[in-house]
This record gives sequence, C-alpha cells and structure tokens, in this order.
Amino acid sequence: MTRYILQRLLLLPLLMVIYSFVIFVIIQAPPGDFLTAYVATLASSGSSISAEQIAALRHSYGLDQPFIVQYLLWVQHLFHGDFGLSLEYQRPNAELIGEQLGLTVALALFSFVLTWALAVPAGIYSATHPRSLGDHILTVINYVGVATPNFMLALILMWVAFAYFDISVTGLFSPDYVNAPWSVGRVLDLLGHIWLPALVLGIAGTARLSRIMRANLLDELNKPYVVTARAKGMKEWALVLRYPVRLAFNPLVSTIGWYLPMLFSGSLIVATVMNLPNIGPLLLRALINQDMYLAGGILLIYSFLTIVGTLLSDVALALIDPRIRVER
Amino acid sequence: MADITAGKEAEDRVAVASNWKLVWWRFRRHHLAMASGVLLIFMYLIVLAPDFFSTQNPERTDARQAFIPVQMVHFFDDGSLSPWVPAIVGKRNPTTLRMEWTTDANKKVPVRFFARGYTWSFFGLFHSDLHLIGPVDPNQRIFLLGSDRLGRDQWSRIMHGTQTSMTVGLVSVALSVILGVVLGGISGYVGGKTDQVIQRLIELLQSVPTIPIWLALSAALPRDWTPTQVFFAITVILSLVGWTTLGREVRGRFLALREEDFVLAARLAGCSRMRIILRHMVPTFTSHIIATSSLAIPVAIINETSLSFLGLGIRPPAISWGVLLQEAQNIQTLALAPWLLIPGLIVIVAVLAFNLVGDGLRDAADPYSH
Repeated sequence: MTRYILQRLLLLPLLMVIYSFVIFVIIQAPPGDFLTAYVATLASSGSSISAEQIAALRHSYGLDQPFIVQYLLWVQHLFHGDFGLSLEYQRPNAELIGEQLGLTVALALFSFVLTWALAVPAGIYSATHPRSLGDHILTVINYVGVATPNFMLALILMWVAFAYFDISVTGLFSPDYVNAPWSVGRVLDLLGHIWLPALVLGIAGTARLSRIMRANLLDELNKPYVVTARAKGMKEWALVLRYPVRLAFNPLVSTIGWYLPMLFSGSLIVATVMNLPNIGPLLLRALINQDMYLAGGILLIYSFLTIVGTLLSDVALALIDPRIRVER
Repeated sequence: MADITAGKEAEDRVAVASNWKLVWWRFRRHHLAMASGVLLIFMYLIVLAPDFFSTQNPERTDARQAFIPVQMVHFFDDGSLSPWVPAIVGKRNPTTLRMEWTTDANKKVPVRFFARGYTWSFFGLFHSDLHLIGPVDPNQRIFLLGSDRLGRDQWSRIMHGTQTSMTVGLVSVALSVILGVVLGGISGYVGGKTDQVIQRLIELLQSVPTIPIWLALSAALPRDWTPTQVFFAITVILSLVGWTTLGREVRGRFLALREEDFVLAARLAGCSRMRIILRHMVPTFTSHIIATSSLAIPVAIINETSLSFLGLGIRPPAISWGVLLQEAQNIQTLALAPWLLIPGLIVIVAVLAFNLVGDGLRDAADPYSH
C-alpha cells in the first residue's frame, strides 16, 4: 500500500515538469511578450519609457534569451516561490493567486460533499423504488441536470432571484464581510452563501453520480444474498444499507478521479458568472489582458489540483478495494 | 396455429437480419430516443439552410428597435387559418427615457408561410428569397423571439447560431473519432512499446484541467484570424481531449478481438494489417463507436457554448449559441428582456435530445444489456 502511494507520488513531479513546459509554450504563443504589453499599458496611462530602459528591462527579465532559457528561468523562479509580477495589478502573482486559492479549493470541495450528500440518497431511493413516480421525477431531473450548462443554470438562478425576489445571489460574502478578517461570523456568512454556487457547480455531477449509484444498486439488489437476507426476515432498510449499498459504492469512488478535477476546472465558469472570489475569473482576465506569467501561474495551480485530485481518488480506491492493492 | 407460424416467421426474420437491422429494431422501441432523433434531424435541416428558416438578416441592426419582446405566432384568426403576430407598441418611459415595447393583440400583423424576404444563397449554389415564415408585407419586421440590445432579430440569430453550434459539435466529435479509432486501434493491435506510449499520452491528456487549458489555447489564437479559421481552431481544440475516451475503448476492443479466429483467418489469407483493421475488426464495433460519439456531441456543444459565452470561443461576428448568450450576461438586462435566455433553452433541448438518442443507441448496440 505504502509502495503504491509512493509510486503515485513520484509521478507527480514528472507530470508537473511536462505540464509546466506545455503551459509555457501556450502562454508564449500569442505575439508580443510581457514587455510589449507593459509598454502599451504605460503609454495608455500617459507615461513613457525609453528604448534603452526597455532593452534593460528585457535583459533583466531574460526576455532576450532563447525560448528554452526563458523557460528554465521561469521554472527556477517558481522553485523559489516566485510566480513573477502581474502586469495588470502590479503585484506579485503569488500574492494574487494565494488570496483566492483557498476559496477556490473550498468551493470545489464543498460542491463535492454536496454532490455525494445528494446523489447517494437519490440513487438509493431510485434503485429501491424502480419505476415509481419518485424514480421517474428523479430521472427527469437527472437528464435536465446533465443537459444544462453550468453557466446557464447560474444565469437562470441569478435572474429569478433578481427579478422576482429582488435579491442578489452573487459573491461568497455579504457586503459587511467581504473585506473583513477571518472570524466565526465570516465563516458562517460564507456557509450561508457558498451552497448555491456549489449546487450549480455540482448539479451535472450529482445527476451522473446518482445514475451510477442507481444502476449499481439495482444490479446488487437482484443477487441471491439479498433474497436470502430478506427471507431470514431482515428489516428491508437495514438490509439494503448494510450490504448492497456498500458494494455499490466502489464504482462511485472510482469517479472521484475525474470528478474532483472536473469541479476544479468547472468552477472557473460558475465563478465568472456568479462573480466569486476564485482563481478562475483571475485566469480569464489574465488571458484576455495577456498577463502571461499570472496566467501561467494559475494554469500550473490548476494542473497541480487536477493531479492531486486524481491521486486522492487512486488512494481512496486502493483503500476500499483490496483487489487494486494486490494487483499492483 | 397461425400464431406459431407467425412466431416462427418472426424468429426467422431475426435469425437472418443483419446487425444493423437488429440495432434499428431495438432502437425503434425507445420512443423518447426516436422523438429526439426526429428533432435532431429537423435541427440539422436548419444547419443546412438557416436563412430559409430566418425571417430577417441576422446582422440587421436598428437601435430604435432594441429589446422588442416575443411576438408569438397565432395560427387562427376568427376560426379560419390565417396566421398573424400581435403588433408591437412602443412607449417612452418618462423617468428612464427608454423605449418600452409591449405587444398589442388587437393590432394584428399578418404573416404567411413560404413568404418572400431578403435574398440568401445556398452555399453559393443558388439564390432564393423564400423563407419558411415571414410577414405578408416584406417591409414589415417581425420578431418571433424578440430582439436584442442592437435590435437584431433573435429568431433569425438562433437559426444561424444553430448552424455554427451543431456543426462544431459534429465536426469536433468526427475528429475525435478519427483520432480515437486510429490511435486506439494502433495501440491495441500493435501493442508493445507503441501501446505504452499511446496509453501514457492518453493518461496525460485525461488529467489535464480541461476548461483552463482550452481557454488558454483559444486565447493564444491570433487576433487577426477570420471567423472561419477561429471556428476550425476551436473545433480542433475541443477534439484534442475528446478522443481519449474513445481511444481507450477502441484499444480494449482490439485487444479482445486480436485473438479471435476470424482475425487469424484473415491474416492467414494474406490480408494486409490495414485491411484486417478496417475491413474485419472495425465493423464489429462500429455501432459502439456511433453510440459513444453521439454521447460525445452534446459534451462538445456544451463546451463550445461555455467557451464562447466566456468570450474565448467563437467570436462575433460569427454567431453561435454561446455568442448569443453573451447578450444575457448582465442581470439587469435579463430582468428587462428575459427572452435573451431562449438560446440557452435551445442548448438544453439539443443536448437533451443528443443524450436520449445516445442512450437509446447504446442500449440498442449492446445486445447483452437488459
């Protein structure tokens, strides 16, 4: 088991090297560089900069070096926790990302918990009451949930809240708490706001997970051991929860591998539409304004979160399913 | 006695039916999937000639006719079949000084089917000014689904958006299928080192944070590209990740089929490797590929819509469902003109239809799932 986890952990730096290179290629692809955009910003604000100064700056940032040297310089800085300076905000990128990273992860994890809390009971109900009215209603909700793009659901909710109840459902905090330091009150305020975006983010996943749960459980419920237990007079709900549900869980755990990464990258859209403090909207702005080192930093963080998500699911699966441990 | 012979005949029919016939028979039993299939065929008719279904040129702007509400088509007038839409009445709001439009059912604007309107061209092959529906008086403008902030007709724009969005879905999945079958096939058939390399590549692509990377890629597209170039670039970007699932599936099938007798027989008969793959192995799981790809199309459509909505996908002046939904980004505007959300409903309906057809096909393609 330890060996298995270690093997997976060793893969992480290798993947990060590959990703960092690909990301660097992508952020370097648009014409011009950091400094051409910087000079343009200066010009638009009225100040100017001489050609020698630009050349000096270009040299100090290593922008006159060949591509591969630039990449190595970037990675070297990353190792010292230096993500570069944001052109637009004129602040260190590490600071900008750090401010929003916690809430980004919190949103994804909260959405994850919410998904499981909704999908598992819904799946169990559907499987134990197949073809009932409740099952049909859940099926319809599932189909529509999968078919609705996240941003569309967010738009509809915001529009209904604004037009009919005259409330705003954007942001993660009430106005009083937006810039307040962390306190019990702020955490409670966050909990009062985070569930709606988390639900929007998790709705498609909830639908898919409850379908999987239903299908797995239906397969299990027809097996002879269930009939035996029922014949022995075991209470129906205790019987269902104790054996078949536990077995039906395994395929569900293996979905974590794609689901957590999906939540991280999907939160970008929900956060942009609902105006949440999140690295997603930050990335979007950085990409549009060609703030390339900020974009690169955020893309790296996303890759890291994705790999960690996959890793967690592998470990979780190995923990609950001994067959996987033996295989390796 | 008659029943027995009828049953026997049916059995005979099943026994000699081709695989495709069996799939079709099973698919036909899914009524929802059948209805969705008909809907999708209709939508692809719109893809072929969006102008025929439009009532106005989708680019025609008129700031004085901004935010006109939905003019619902009524088919009957005084019990006789003569379609009409209610006229619009504008009144300037004294406090906001904004024109506010309402529909007035007492004033009727007559419309007709196969009306004459603006001239359009069918892929440059021929020109026509015929439209499915339009006002009897060609100088009149009607807004079947309202107008946006520039006074453009949303109905006509949705028709053109349908063309773009449905094509993106189809083309990007087609690319995914080609990549998936070729690379998955090579991986499964050749095996060894090649298999290892392709499998690692798939693993790498599958653990990519999709949406951020897509956004970065489309942000890297040169600004001076034409809408057509951007369109194809976005399609390629979407298919880059999409092929991996199919690649895995195809590889698994190849691994299983490689040992089958009929493959050995083909090899002994002297078939080339490419012929064995394409002529003997691929046909055994074509129905699966079709089912899987019909479930991949809606995913591609949702992704395109999301990218375009965020401003980094299809760019105006090209029209797609996502581009149309950009108009709905502002909540104040939405409260004023809720019909701007209609393109989103179209997305949901289209995705739903694809999913239902895909589920129906998947069940029909797999004889062991009951």
